[in-house]
Amino acid sequence: MVTKVHMEALSPTMEEGQLVQWLKSEGDEISSGDILAEIETDKATMELVARGDGMLRKIFLDAGGVSVVGAVIAVIAAADEDISDIEGSSDGNGTQPALPEESSAGTEPVAPEEPGAATTPEIAADTQGAGRVKASPLARRLATEMGVDLLTIKGSGPGGRVVKRDLEGAKTAVSNAAATTTWTSGENEYEDLPTSQMRKSIAKRLVTSIGPVPTFYLTVEVDMNRVIRARESMNNMLEEDGYRISVNDIVLKAVAAALRQHPNCNAQWHDSFVRRFNAVHLGVAVAIDEGLITPVIRNAHAKGIMQIAAEVRELAGRARTKKLMPDEYTGSTFSVSNLGMFGIQEFTAIINPPEAGILAVGGIEETPVVVNGEVKVCPRMRITMSCDHRVIDGAQGARFLATLKSMLEEPTAILL
Amino acid sequence: MSDKKSERFDLIVVGSGPGGYVAAIRAAQLGLTAACIEKDELGGVCLNIGCIPTKALLSSALLVSEMAGAHEHGIIAKDVSFDLGPAQARSRQVAAQMAKGIAHLFKKNKVTHLRGVGRLKGRGKIELETKDGSKTIYEAKNIILATGSRPRDLPVLKIDEDRIWSSTGALMQEKAPESLFIVGAGAIGMEFADVYNAYGSKVTVVEALERILPLEDAEVSKFMERLYKKRGMKIHTGAQFKQAKTSKDGVSVTFEDRKGNEQTLDVDYVLSAVGRVPNSEDLGLDSVDAKVDERGFVLVDRHLSTNVPGLYAIGDVAGHQLLAHKASHEGVTCVEHITGHSHGMVDYDNVPNCTYCHPEVASVGLTELQAKEMGYDIEVGKFPWAAIGRAVASGHSDGFIKVIRDKQFSEILGAHIVGPHATELIGEFVIGRHLESTVEELEKAMHPHPTLSEGVAESALASLGRPIHI
Repeated sequence: MVTKVHMEALSPTMEEGQLVQWLKSEGDEISSGDILAEIETDKATMELVARGDGMLRKIFLDAGGVSVVGAVIAVIAAADEDISDIEGSSDGNGTQPALPEESSAGTEPVAPEEPGAATTPEIAADTQGAGRVKASPLARRLATEMGVDLLTIKGSGPGGRVVKRDLEGAKTAVSNAAATTTWTSGENEYEDLPTSQMRKSIAKRLVTSIGPVPTFYLTVEVDMNRVIRARESMNNMLEEDGYRISVNDIVLKAVAAALRQHPNCNAQWHDSFVRRFNAVHLGVAVAIDEGLITPVIRNAHAKGIMQIAAEVRELAGRARTKKLMPDEYTGSTFSVSNLGMFGIQEFTAIINPPEAGILAVGGIEETPVVVNGEVKVCPRMRITMSCDHRVIDGAQGARFLATLKSMLEEPTAILL
Repeated sequence: MSDKKSERFDLIVVGSGPGGYVAAIRAAQLGLTAACIEKDELGGVCLNIGCIPTKALLSSALLVSEMAGAHEHGIIAKDVSFDLGPAQARSRQVAAQMAKGIAHLFKKNKVTHLRGVGRLKGRGKIELETKDGSKTIYEAKNIILATGSRPRDLPVLKIDEDRIWSSTGALMQEKAPESLFIVGAGAIGMEFADVYNAYGSKVTVVEALERILPLEDAEVSKFMERLYKKRGMKIHTGAQFKQAKTSKDGVSVTFEDRKGNEQTLDVDYVLSAVGRVPNSEDLGLDSVDAKVDERGFVLVDRHLSTNVPGLYAIGDVAGHQLLAHKASHEGVTCVEHITGHSHGMVDYDNVPNCTYCHPEVASVGLTELQAKEMGYDIEVGKFPWAAIGRAVASGHSDGFIKVIRDKQFSEILGAHIVGPHATELIGEFVIGRHLESTVEELEKAMHPHPTLSEGVAESALASLGRPIHI
């Protein structure tokens, strides 16, 4: 039996994947379940498993190549089976918005005919006389409004029909192309870097966040004197075992404990209902070379600081080498992002939907404050919470922050 | 039939409902040796105790309610009486006939029907337990789980199919009781409300959410609630069901109404229609470490593949909308993916919803509220059936068609129909959305006169602010 090897959807949001490397070569004997290749998805590097037995007869997609989910990238068959009629995807498939090619730099986008007119003008195909373009009415409409030439778009619908999703990708390619025409000097004024799978995924997530999520921000300054002291004494106790606890680990524990007291901040908006979580699964933003990822500390409310510290370190380490499994970076109920180590005093973080809140943690700074009428220098830290107003109201967010502040200013309260 | 080859198949499907039998037939069409395991009758819930027999009863109910206006057509029937018994018998006959049809299709396509309960026994292995208790292991390169779902049992309302029915019990009655209490105002609850109301039962419906048919557009729910109340049904929305006490000759039910007042009613029977749960417990999922979500639905990716190579799940047991047509679509999509024939994905945003009460309710896409919440700039067109000649001529002109259009690109974001043959007409919008038609194409395509389909064109025009007939 001939088994086509497809680019599989290895993460829930994956639309295309990059082939990192083949672990089998043409001619190798394959049994179902063998690991064929490593694929970089939008989130992590995953293994592609064989779904059939036979010989790896043909590889279509070379290492480094990108292919959409579902494309045939190799064939497994018996040594003597005829596979000549199987077409594979060698790279790119054209469905991803490729970088503007040199040749297309000079072409002008087709001007929309009477934008906003009620009728749908036949664009591209007829104006350029290059035959009929298969495109859905909605795609034609989008192309007109965006000023995109449908002939330049490769359709992903049946028989190459251009559909809405093809135009969504084309938007960025077009604006790049338009920008190219405005620069005339011989030197490269800028460099186009291909977007990684992760970058695309981040962009998509951020747009879905800043658009439909009505967000407001609450900031509070916290006296970190006692956290610093508590951390010192904990680290002294743990010195022999070789463990280290960071201020952030204590912040995470305090956030989890405070969320238990304010479950309305540990919630998600679903159109017809608000899902309020009892368990606290904390997403911890980790910066990695190509972007960021938020591994999840599950049931953080039930874990001790030492365990949280160990898990954060372990997950962050594997995040940097892109070895996280999907269930290790999904399912968080609230997130924490800390940029203190970069010298950031205060910032706002973007909510990771469907969560309703994220806490942005700044660095600890020696700050003069008035205590009982005297100016004193204290280590202060600013935390800012972004709240999805559909779930959390101002006063609720403020109460949560007040609890969190009191826990950090008196860490024994975390134990209560 | 005891050919040794039959011990190993390219594909074994567990369950022969609208997901399973369709998957098995499609697999056979594509050249796979396919078997389908079924413990009961072929056709699953849909054919035997679901979609099909309820539609038979609803057809009877429509006739019954039409008798009230029969004199307008010159039908003078004196001493008319209505008896649920023959209608129920007819609905069983319809179900049996359709189930036989599946057996015929299996034969025609050379799908092997394995009778018994199927359980996974490790990767690529299924144990079949037949009625007499004997067990056989079958091997398959691919296995599709299509075991469906069953009515949810509330702890405070244990279904016994005697006094407290699920939809199954409600289908088996030969007499309409004096009073029926229905918990849950989704499609199933409202369809049975319709049937029993027509045959003379005093029907009371309690729904926890704020409106009946809560998945539909709010305007649709409001319209249907008013209509049902006019027919004499009691409807309590935003109400909490508390308890049921069963006695020899009835059930005493208690619920808390919207205002928080406790009410107790003595009724003959209770129908529990509070949703469905997946049949995933007794499947041997542990033997392969297949993952399920917290509600028991088998987790699958966009190609219906579970986390175990060669194991797939479709239909109700795999979650999403628990609808027969969604299951069938998944069956075909899954098999075509397995064979490499194509790698389409099911478009879960374009699944039509249908309730076959009278008038019928059907919808596809976003409700008005959802579209607004997603940030679309929308224009809503609403067109009443009272302005469509064919509807008035047939005597069924209650209701409307509502179209929600994206202002900028004219995308058909959603369509909602209440009225005659709504469940047939919704197909126009499904195709329109599938082909990415804009509202303008719907309106420009010529609709025959006089037909109900003119309402589709008019509603499209209404969403553009220029209907002709209102």
